[in-house]
Amino acid sequence: MDGFWRLPQNIATFGGDIDRMFIIIAWITGIVFVAVEALLLFYLIKYRGKPGRKAVFTHGNSRLEIIWTTATALIVVVIGIMSRGLWLDIKDPRRFPEPGLELRITAKQFEWNVTYPGADGQLDTADDFVKRNQLHVPVNVPVKVDLESEDVIHSFYLPELRLKQDAVPGMTIEAWFEATEPGAYTVGCAELCGLGHYRMRGSMTVYAGTEWDTWYQQEIQAVAAAAGGAAPLAGVEGDAAPPADVAAAHVH
Amino acid sequence: MSTIAVPHEAHAAGAHEHHEAIPFIRRYIFSTDHKIIGIQFLFMSLFFLLVGGLLAMAMRWQLAWPSNPDMPLPGGSVLPETMVTDGIMLPEFYNALVTMHGTIMVFFAIMPLLVGVWANYLIPLQIGAPDMAFPRLNMASFWLAVPAGLLMLASFFVVGGAANAGWTGYATLSTSEVYSGVKLGQQLWCVSLVILGFSSLIGAVNYITTLINMRAPGLTWFRLPLSTWALFVTSVLILLAVPILAGGLIMLFFDITIDTTFFRPEGGGQPLLWQHLFWFFGHPEVYILILPAMGFVSDILANGARKPIFGYHAMVWAIVGIGFIGWVVWGHHMFMSGMNPMLGGFFMVTTLIIAVPSAIKTFNWLGTVWGGNIRFHAPMLYALGFVSLFVIGGLSGIFLAAGPVDIPLHDTYFVVAHIHYVLVGGSLFGIFAAITFWYPKMFGRMMSEMLGKIHFALTFIFFNLTFFPMHMLGSGGMMRRLYDPTQYPYLQPQQDTNVFITINALLLFGTQLIFAFNFLWNLWKGKRATENPWEANSLEWSAPSPPPHGNWGGVVPIVNRGPYEYSAPEAEADYWPQTDVAAPVRAAPVSH
Amino acid sequence: MRLTRQITGLMSFLAIAALVACGGGGGDTGGAEGGGETATPAGTPPAAVADAGSVNGTIDFTGSAPANEPIDMGEEPACAEKHSSPPTRETVVANEGKLANVFVYVKEGLTGEFPAPSEAVEVDQNGCVYIPHVIGVQTGQDVAFKNSDGLLHNIKAAPTENRPFNISQPNNMTSPRSFSAQEVMVPVQCDVHGWMEMYIGVVDHPYFAVSGDDGSFTIENLPPGSYTLEAWHERYGVQTQQVTVEPNGTATVTFAYNASMAANAVVPLGTPIDPHGHHQAGDR
Repeated sequence: MDGFWRLPQNIATFGGDIDRMFIIIAWITGIVFVAVEALLLFYLIKYRGKPGRKAVFTHGNSRLEIIWTTATALIVVVIGIMSRGLWLDIKDPRRFPEPGLELRITAKQFEWNVTYPGADGQLDTADDFVKRNQLHVPVNVPVKVDLESEDVIHSFYLPELRLKQDAVPGMTIEAWFEATEPGAYTVGCAELCGLGHYRMRGSMTVYAGTEWDTWYQQEIQAVAAAAGGAAPLAGVEGDAAPPADVAAAHVH
Repeated sequence: MSTIAVPHEAHAAGAHEHHEAIPFIRRYIFSTDHKIIGIQFLFMSLFFLLVGGLLAMAMRWQLAWPSNPDMPLPGGSVLPETMVTDGIMLPEFYNALVTMHGTIMVFFAIMPLLVGVWANYLIPLQIGAPDMAFPRLNMASFWLAVPAGLLMLASFFVVGGAANAGWTGYATLSTSEVYSGVKLGQQLWCVSLVILGFSSLIGAVNYITTLINMRAPGLTWFRLPLSTWALFVTSVLILLAVPILAGGLIMLFFDITIDTTFFRPEGGGQPLLWQHLFWFFGHPEVYILILPAMGFVSDILANGARKPIFGYHAMVWAIVGIGFIGWVVWGHHMFMSGMNPMLGGFFMVTTLIIAVPSAIKTFNWLGTVWGGNIRFHAPMLYALGFVSLFVIGGLSGIFLAAGPVDIPLHDTYFVVAHIHYVLVGGSLFGIFAAITFWYPKMFGRMMSEMLGKIHFALTFIFFNLTFFPMHMLGSGGMMRRLYDPTQYPYLQPQQDTNVFITINALLLFGTQLIFAFNFLWNLWKGKRATENPWEANSLEWSAPSPPPHGNWGGVVPIVNRGPYEYSAPEAEADYWPQTDVAAPVRAAPVSH
Repeated sequence: MRLTRQITGLMSFLAIAALVACGGGGGDTGGAEGGGETATPAGTPPAAVADAGSVNGTIDFTGSAPANEPIDMGEEPACAEKHSSPPTRETVVANEGKLANVFVYVKEGLTGEFPAPSEAVEVDQNGCVYIPHVIGVQTGQDVAFKNSDGLLHNIKAAPTENRPFNISQPNNMTSPRSFSAQEVMVPVQCDVHGWMEMYIGVVDHPYFAVSGDDGSFTIENLPPGSYTLEAWHERYGVQTQQVTVEPNGTATVTFAYNASMAANAVVPLGTPIDPHGHHQAGDR
């Protein structure tokens, strides 16, 4: 938590740009705030009612109207121009950098199920594995996530990566980020999704260099070992689409 | 005092009975008199303001001491186990509190307090009309709002409890009992709001028709007070926006009840469709919630400063401009929703643009106060409070309008701070100003000036202490609608702030007892009010306090000037009522 | 005068309206919390009956039991700490040729009414697992869901013959619920910890049991007669056996399951096991 605005630590490549915009807007609005309130207070004191005095009888001043309208318009236009490019860089899939890792994140009440592409590096193949509420990514690698939801709208929120994107049932929505510093960080849900919304949290671990490969190989081996031996029973969670009828034999 | 010109025949707006013959029920319960209807709305919405405030206190308690068995919710022991178990509030009940606080405050407190009360009470009086164009329709408007309110309250007591998908009711949490645990409560929510929507719609029809058709002779559009202008534009917004909400709610109701799939993906529906429909209504709705207050503040500032409103024409065009531009900004509620990012760019631009008319209004308020001879009566204090707090609310909106900066701030307490600065610091202060200002006209008595000043000062202080820290909670990453923020380790350092906010919120709530007492006590015990205790100019101040049925006793006022001729050089007094032919000589000072 | 009446009229109307609004009933709570002793997973022992006999049974299991999926509790350290060995799911608990967690009940042959006992059956959430994994309860009898973990669990029951419920327990607390209709079985799960699942067998009478780790079960105080017993396992399905109970006698019965009985590796939650195909797959 940093400074007056308590900004969380920033480890995102685009996080610096976002924070900079935030601070610029904070300064602009801060100056306007102080100026307006101070002027108001000053006028209230200076022009407080006194007997025998009359107020200035004026209906306005067109020149002033034009000046302050133009000034305000200019400020907001500048803010708009400064923001637009960054907005598209973060949100427009056509502008995403080439990802070094692609993940599918399926939100459900009340967990984040992260699907990793497995040994072949491709999602939707047999060697994919799923981690519950755990996001593991390498440092300095653009990561693309495909966000989905099984039930209601959730919002994938990484505070330290300045990333937020709703996961909407019936849609697959793409987002990307690149972490610049190894460590342990937060995954949260930022859209009311039911009684467990407040606890739909996970952890994000950013690995330095080769440590990522170590972890990844470890996971792949665990999956392979489980597949090689007696088939483990995958339990069913939530409302994942059920397979066909259990054809149970019974004896009368 | 006021000079009334040659009497005309009164417009017979509906059948007029002789007063002696009207039975109690027809006079006070099922009344067609716009003033009675306005007062009925006033009592109803003040009640809902109290309910909404209580819900917020329960929420704040939980936020400060989450699931803490040592700090059980006061009164929690009388609540059923589905809400509070073993002294611990359940998360689904917290979500219902959040939802109902928002719903009740927006629809049953602030909206009727601004429109139902003042459009009804003020419009005919400010335009010199004996009543509304359609008095019986007007009565229907109130009597639709009452069952709507009862249904909303009833939803707390049904199986599954009240709606808990947020006041924004996003699908698919709201469409499916499987996800939210609530079915009947959500259905009641939909039905209640549809009925309330009808109430608002027929009200809007009345207000617009009355304003266009029944202005007194000499009262051109640009001689209308800004209260009236604001209420007019607000009525147009209501007329156009509410049907969209009603449509969306009916679709939502069908999704819940008969398994349609408008918003449910399993049948090819789109959850985002609900958001577009809701916010297409919802954004004009927030302007409905602020414009009337802006109008009242303009009138009261001019009155308190004893000066014409600065830039009257600019103020009118700013109101109209906000009304127009307000239709094309709705997507700024949906920046993170998954809608096309190109749309995000468009809405960012329009939202930044709408800051301009609000800024124009703020500068003109400053201009009004500049060079004045300011009387700090209680309505003036509230109006000044509005200006200073609305500025903060508007400026925090700029952060949210800039797309990239919205990414970390969306759905955090930064948004909560923003909305409460504009809705409470703005609208509610405007409501306090309006009630205090027009109370003498409504009830023929004065509220206590001293209690008003104390209430203003304490409310101002506690309000800021409660809501300003929320900006930092939000930029520090605390999400909205969070039953227990301590579950996130990165939020634990901010928990002291949550406790601080709760304590100030409780103090803020307690302070409102002063207003309640001031309001209720003086209904019986207040000093009798004269016709024009604030030495104001607009037409309502030329009618008795309170006005009789028909307002001017069958006589139509004639208007000779605009409403802001304060401190005119031709007049010895520092005010010049619209109906006066000659400028008034300064009468003996009116005791405030 | 006029104003007074005006206000009185409005206030009285609002007061009446408030009274009407407050008249509704409360929420949907379960019965009184079980006082006294907590019953076993097999429910409260039936009341003594003249010449009552009993059934002793075993659930045999042949073939190699598949490994249960390991549970990754990494994100819930408070629960992970409670497990001395790595936790797994309990889909198949088979030891030395015996199968545990099989729910056995009298399906046919009983007459009469059996009032629900006042004691509750306890299900504890401890270490983010349900203990026990399978229970039986009578219609109208409380199941006391206890949260011993002090963190959020929700208890989501998805029956088809009864009304579903979903209750949250943000902290240590106990919430009772009961079922009004017989249903074998009601699946229960937690959404915050997706690996948590258990099953509840709701029966009109007290003659049911759940097999232990050694595959054995006992149903006591049965009136003498001929009965049809049904056994249910979440993966291997249902079987029935006929049994005759002599007065003061003990009948023995064995159910034989084997590893090839389930055609699929997955039992869908929310779809009761129905070998007669009354329900379609995917019915909720």
